Amino acid sequence: MSTTTDAPAPDQGFRLNQLIYDTRYRSMTIQIVALIVLLTFFGWLINNTIENLEALGKDFDFGFLGQRAGYDINQVLIPYDSGSTHGRAALVGILNTLLVAVLGCILATVVGVLAGVLRLSKNWVVGRLMTVYVEAFRNIPLLLWIILIFALMTEATPQPRAFLVDESGNADASMLLWDSVAITNRGVFIPAPVGGAAAWFVVGVFLASIAAIFLWRRYAVKKLLDEGKVVPTLLPSILLFFVPTLVVFFLLGRPISLAYPELGGFNFNGGIQVRNSLVALWLALSLYTGAFIAEIVRGGILAISKGQTEAAYALGLRSGVTMRLVILPQALRVIIPPLISQYLNLTKNSSLAIAVGYMDVRSTLGGITINQTGKELEGMLLLGLFYLLISLLISGAMNIYNNRVKLKER
Amino acid sequence: MKTSVLFGALTVAGLAAGTASAQTLADVQEAGVLDCGVATGLTGFASPNAAGEWEGFDVSFCRAVAAAVLDDPMAVNFVPTTGQTRFTALASGEVDLLARNTTWTFSRDVDLGFEFVGVNYYDGQGFMVPRELGVTSARDLDGATVCIQTGTTTELNLADYFRVNNISYEPVPVETNAEAQQQYLANACDVYTTDASGLAATRATFENPGDHVILPEIISKEPLGPLVRHGDNQWGDIARWTLNALIAAEELGVTSANVAELAEGTDNPEINRLLGTEGDLGAMFGLDSDWAQRAIAAVGNYGEIFEQNIGESTPIGLARGLNAQWTEGGLLYSPPFR
Amino acid sequence: MADMHSEADLAFVRETMLAQKEPPIAEQGALKWLRENLFSSWLNAILTVLSLLLVYWVLAHTLPWLLRGVWDAGSLAECREIRDARYGDGVDAACFAVITDRWQQLLFGFYPRELYWRPILALLCFFAAIAPVLFARVPRQMLGFTVAAPFLIFLLLWGGTIWGPLTVALGFVIGWACIAFLTKPLGRLVATIAAVLLPIIFWLFLAGPLARELGNILPIGLEPVGSKDFGGFMLSFVIGVAGIILSLPLGILLALGRQSDLFLINKVSVGFIELIRGVPLIVWLFTASLLLNYFLPPGTNFDIMLRVIIMVTLFSAAYIAEVVRGGLAALPKGQYEAADALGLDYWQSMRLIILPQALKIAIPGIVSTFIGLFKDTTLVVFIGLLDPIGLSNSIRATTDWNGIYWELFLFIGIMFWIFCFSMSRYSMYLERKLTREHR
Repeated sequence: MSTTTDAPAPDQGFRLNQLIYDTRYRSMTIQIVALIVLLTFFGWLINNTIENLEALGKDFDFGFLGQRAGYDINQVLIPYDSGSTHGRAALVGILNTLLVAVLGCILATVVGVLAGVLRLSKNWVVGRLMTVYVEAFRNIPLLLWIILIFALMTEATPQPRAFLVDESGNADASMLLWDSVAITNRGVFIPAPVGGAAAWFVVGVFLASIAAIFLWRRYAVKKLLDEGKVVPTLLPSILLFFVPTLVVFFLLGRPISLAYPELGGFNFNGGIQVRNSLVALWLALSLYTGAFIAEIVRGGILAISKGQTEAAYALGLRSGVTMRLVILPQALRVIIPPLISQYLNLTKNSSLAIAVGYMDVRSTLGGITINQTGKELEGMLLLGLFYLLISLLISGAMNIYNNRVKLKER
Repeated sequence: MKTSVLFGALTVAGLAAGTASAQTLADVQEAGVLDCGVATGLTGFASPNAAGEWEGFDVSFCRAVAAAVLDDPMAVNFVPTTGQTRFTALASGEVDLLARNTTWTFSRDVDLGFEFVGVNYYDGQGFMVPRELGVTSARDLDGATVCIQTGTTTELNLADYFRVNNISYEPVPVETNAEAQQQYLANACDVYTTDASGLAATRATFENPGDHVILPEIISKEPLGPLVRHGDNQWGDIARWTLNALIAAEELGVTSANVAELAEGTDNPEINRLLGTEGDLGAMFGLDSDWAQRAIAAVGNYGEIFEQNIGESTPIGLARGLNAQWTEGGLLYSPPFR
Repeated sequence: MADMHSEADLAFVRETMLAQKEPPIAEQGALKWLRENLFSSWLNAILTVLSLLLVYWVLAHTLPWLLRGVWDAGSLAECREIRDARYGDGVDAACFAVITDRWQQLLFGFYPRELYWRPILALLCFFAAIAPVLFARVPRQMLGFTVAAPFLIFLLLWGGTIWGPLTVALGFVIGWACIAFLTKPLGRLVATIAAVLLPIIFWLFLAGPLARELGNILPIGLEPVGSKDFGGFMLSFVIGVAGIILSLPLGILLALGRQSDLFLINKVSVGFIELIRGVPLIVWLFTASLLLNYFLPPGTNFDIMLRVIIMVTLFSAAYIAEVVRGGLAALPKGQYEAADALGLDYWQSMRLIILPQALKIAIPGIVSTFIGLFKDTTLVVFIGLLDPIGLSNSIRATTDWNGIYWELFLFIGIMFWIFCFSMSRYSMYLERKLTREHR
């Protein structure tokens, strides 16, 4: 707004046209007019909606969430069957969305950072290959990639029946890693850990030792900075990682065992099935987002002045170490904000799960449930609110990070 | 500045103002074109050919109605709808008639506020498996991976069937028939389940159709039919009796070839009433007397439509089965034209 | 002493330069390049070998299939026959005949074949219209064409009477006339209100009948083509371009609103932007398809394509707003202060000083937004519009081409890639140019 301040008019009393021509009141006038227009608009929308709902004989209530869903979902992270409610189906979908989003963010970061760094490599072949990767994924719609990767995985991996051993003792395909992992066109079957109450104790100890490693590293850094003493970290970390867990594991009489997938009937049984729809969606999302992250990383690294690299080389650091200790930490400040917005994009893009039949929240709540109950208004509203909440949480986290980075600026 | 395109489009292109009120016939006749919802692509039932013209079993019904109402079977605006958007498209008035092999169920008829005008294809949900699996009955499918199309009644039927028989299965939801086919052929699922007609149509286009069997179990009733909005009985009647006219025409031996000749007048009063040479049935719902004659001349009778699009002479090769006339042991039974 | 040394005393004196020796083999030509670029360290060597293996593996699996492609057949079955006759039973071979058979449909949808010149001309118009915006070298007078282009493109694509777009344009002329002629006698406020209200009233109540009357008197126009005939890449393009261009004014307003000191305006802008950006496009598209009719007065109904364009416009407006905000933030504060110092009011300073510069900075971002939007138009397949992917489903539903897969997606992918890649190159060129100009 204009910041010109007129000399305050001498006492003339308040006149009506001051509301428009006096900068002191004008902003108020504008806002009130805007408010009225806005409220009228929303009132109009709501009024229309009510009239339309009435004309169609529909009501606005969320009771359908408590009704029996009647359809099955293949990947459930919480107990669910076709007798459960629509609300629970939505919850299953939400968890599935979160699962693929989290997995996708992790893999996309790994892929993106690798590709971004490798694209700057002096190796001509590798550099070109990464350029091809980045340009191919950035310039072709994600939906196409999801469909293609899904089809590719369906075509290129063996079907479960190929694992059958025929009379002569041959099979068209075999399991990997000592018969524990089977890659099929229905998904990857991996051993599932099985254990009773004692197993949780082992897991607890393991988590505690991870925490201990972090504490020890922190302590070592503090020592180094405060007293200049070098405290060894590598060996204690390794010891902490393995020893307590293994000791407890054997003391308790090996409470955790692995259930291996076995071929039986139509398919592998036992173990955990990571379905192809999940893998395809995961890979497609990660590779697509990874291509964008690669560009962000590359931009971040290029933004660090060449003097930094030269100084590091002058100190005798090799290029790998230079990257890890000098360039990346500085580049991170440039990289992180756009990186987080890529995470946000990935989470939103996971709604394309519909293309491969992955049962995310859009497929359950926003798809089958709406279709079976005819409650599109309520369903879409809930769906929108869920995505909005997630994205507000992520951008909230980003703002916190940005503020913290800002404080460090000198 | 450039919001003009929006307004321009609003005023010029978007004048397809069809209201959900009780005057669909007048609206359609005023617009000179029938908005008909069809599938985005379903072999034999609705798909565009290389020239961009829609053809198929459901499409023919739209054309028949257009011929009856507008005297022009080509005056149809085909609106491709997905399993998810079809009901909204009809409810909101975007289409006047939905002919998208939709199963007639209680809740769709009553709760969603539609009116099914009849059944143009009696179907049922079946299973297709590769022959080499050696499965002969759906009860052998314990633990099988099943491909299903989402957004349809098949999901619910499948869940019910396996629950009742207490066998387990793994559903693989897919979005379109084409995707399902690709998954099934790659053996990513052991079984493909959808309406039996769809299974036959899909199997017919395989490289080796003989390698796949359709299991004998039909686990549901799927009466597929065209539907209109609740509340406009005149329009519903037109759609209903156009369908009945096509069915009755087959029963009475009226075909697209001989309809003009028979319309001159015959000894059979029922044919005469149907074709408008006797009485004036058309006027009762606001059409002229030779509405049925036009519909039949445009697309043929029910049997002809069937043969042309999905019958045994086509690659899809469906037998008439339940969809034969009641005189031939089927379920097709048109109420009398009187 | 010096004399004593005759030439004869010296053992050897070089009189000519030696010919230059070749550098060692390892330090020259291809070998040096190889050593430095590919095998400079163990890690690099391994990476090189792995990459080459990957490239070989991919090519070995795809090239034969590609090269054996069958281009002339009427159906997939025919394709298979030709393949069997040519290469033997069951050999992998692409069936590109589907592309030869259906490429027009993939590009233009069901647009009447004899009218293909119209979308092509519309595309050329579009390029001509954005040229003066994007390239500084194009004469400024072309901007007049840019203003007229949307109406022309609309007329070309949808056809119909020429008076429809003209009356709509007339509304803008009325708005402009209000500003130009009413400011003096009635004051700026009244003029502005009139400039907003009069055209709206004109569009709502007068434009339709006026266009109809004029059409009756002077029926000039093109053969009308309905939105239902739009499909394939043309549909993607129309949705993408319309979305971006229509969203620009709203996007700029939102960006200004987000910068504004007015509490309510600011919060509403922020809320709108976050709401739109927080929810995936596919949900918005379903909203357009399933819910938009609920929000409009009972009885209104316009076609799905228009609803999609409205939704996409709102969607991209939020993204454009963020891009423009970036442009506004990138301007030195001195520009704002200088504008204030000249005594310009808010709108004058925005119109004359701030926005021209900010928008110029924002153009690369706008182009990227457009690329993203163009790619995202593929999502309309889920609400039943026949974009390239939707058409590929329809094509696969015909008995002729049932079962075909990769060939269609390959074609679609390559087309998208060409469009998007060239646009992203252009935006990079712009960005480089901008950084040069700013240094």
